[in-house]
Amino acid sequence: MFHGYLPMILDGLRITLSVALVSLAVASVFGLMGATAKLSASPVLRAVAGTYTTVIRALPDLLLMLIVFYGGQILLNRFTTAQGWGYVDVNAFAAGTITLGFVFGAYLTETFRGAILAIPRGQAEAGHAIGLTRGQVLRDIVLPQMIRHAIPGFTNNWLVLLKATALVSIIGLDDMVHRASLASAATREPFTFYALIGVIYLGVTTVSILALGALNRRVSRGVRAEAAR
Amino acid sequence: MTALLEASGIRKKFGTREVLRGLGLTAGRGDVISMIGASGSGKSTFLRCLNFLEHPTEGQIAFAGAALTCRRDRLGDLVVADEAQLRAFRARVTMVFQQFNLWSHMTARENVMLGPIRVHGLSKAEAAERADHYLARVGVAHRAAAYPGFLSGGEQQRVAIARALAMEPELMLFDEPTSALDPELVGEVLRVMRSLAEEGRTMIVVTHEMNFAREVSNRVIFLDQGVIAEEGDPREVLRRPSTERLQGFLAAQAA
Repeated sequence: MFHGYLPMILDGLRITLSVALVSLAVASVFGLMGATAKLSASPVLRAVAGTYTTVIRALPDLLLMLIVFYGGQILLNRFTTAQGWGYVDVNAFAAGTITLGFVFGAYLTETFRGAILAIPRGQAEAGHAIGLTRGQVLRDIVLPQMIRHAIPGFTNNWLVLLKATALVSIIGLDDMVHRASLASAATREPFTFYALIGVIYLGVTTVSILALGALNRRVSRGVRAEAAR
Repeated sequence: MTALLEASGIRKKFGTREVLRGLGLTAGRGDVISMIGASGSGKSTFLRCLNFLEHPTEGQIAFAGAALTCRRDRLGDLVVADEAQLRAFRARVTMVFQQFNLWSHMTARENVMLGPIRVHGLSKAEAAERADHYLARVGVAHRAAAYPGFLSGGEQQRVAIARALAMEPELMLFDEPTSALDPELVGEVLRVMRSLAEEGRTMIVVTHEMNFAREVSNRVIFLDQGVIAEEGDPREVLRRPSTERLQGFLAAQAA
């Protein structure tokens, strides 16, 4: 049915998932830093984080990807040439994950910021009042409660991020979309292969929604059913 | 004998509005001090300045004879310069809040265990044992495995008291501990507080419960518009208030 291309497509899925998961990890780091900066007392940190989220969210992801990939490559090579190191080829996987991570970090900044603000002030205060350090208050009290509030927004961002990995095929990463385009060109059956990867995306997103739903139930153990809604 | 807690010249401004206009307080070991006053009189703000949850604009605080060295923060208010000194101080002066502030993602027992584990370095087993002891002390041992969301207000506040007790503090601050409770649940919390006073604990209690102030505390402080308008033995002060403000306040409470 797939003219023997199925293993190749599934191998593309592996790349798509790796890009998505690594990007998500990078985005979560940017998101946590961004949210902490936005909520910090320092006007400088707040301004930096504010600029980051405003600019990134204002530009199309594809545009940002092209800017980082080509622009980054030019800058990097100007630098390495000046240093006398010669030409460096930017790895498409690294460029893709860093760009996606940086872009979705801006969205997660807002998700995490909102989630932290949803925690009543008294929760952290009760920690300070018995002599916990700031780090302990963050780790033991704020972060575990933040997760519950962040899950809906986080799920959304993960789904959008997963689909945005299709953009990395444009900068030459051999992901599932790229494999499907090769297969459809070779067999002249574009519908077959694009429909196939459509079904695969649907499968992955469905599993994601179920898994994050399970996580939500786990972190909502302390919440009564009527209050959880 | 040196006082346990000594606060003097406490002032607090929110912007240009001065809500505390120079107050002092001395608590000796075993004192039970009730702070009363109309809402907006500054009594909760004053209490929260005592453990620096609110940063006073002016003033000094000394604990067990040692002054807390302060510096000014960005807004010009006072913060304790040495964070480690502040944390050590707070571990010996714990607070019970009006809204309980139990950590919603932890069971009652876990709420009580966290401080002893993190601050006193107890093992989980030791902390669990200590938690069960204090949960039993306040009569909620049977609810140890429940999350706060599944406890009644009175149970939550008693767990919060157990959490403060588990730090084995030398002074306990209570910020309107019964004001958020349904009337029928007030009694169980007041009974626990009364028994704590009877075992000789040092307590400063912001309260609207005049019976508690009269019967349990050995000193009452009446705050009015950011200053101490009247203070002394509750049986004296509450029976024969010398200021018109306190007379008016007591009449309004009785009504």
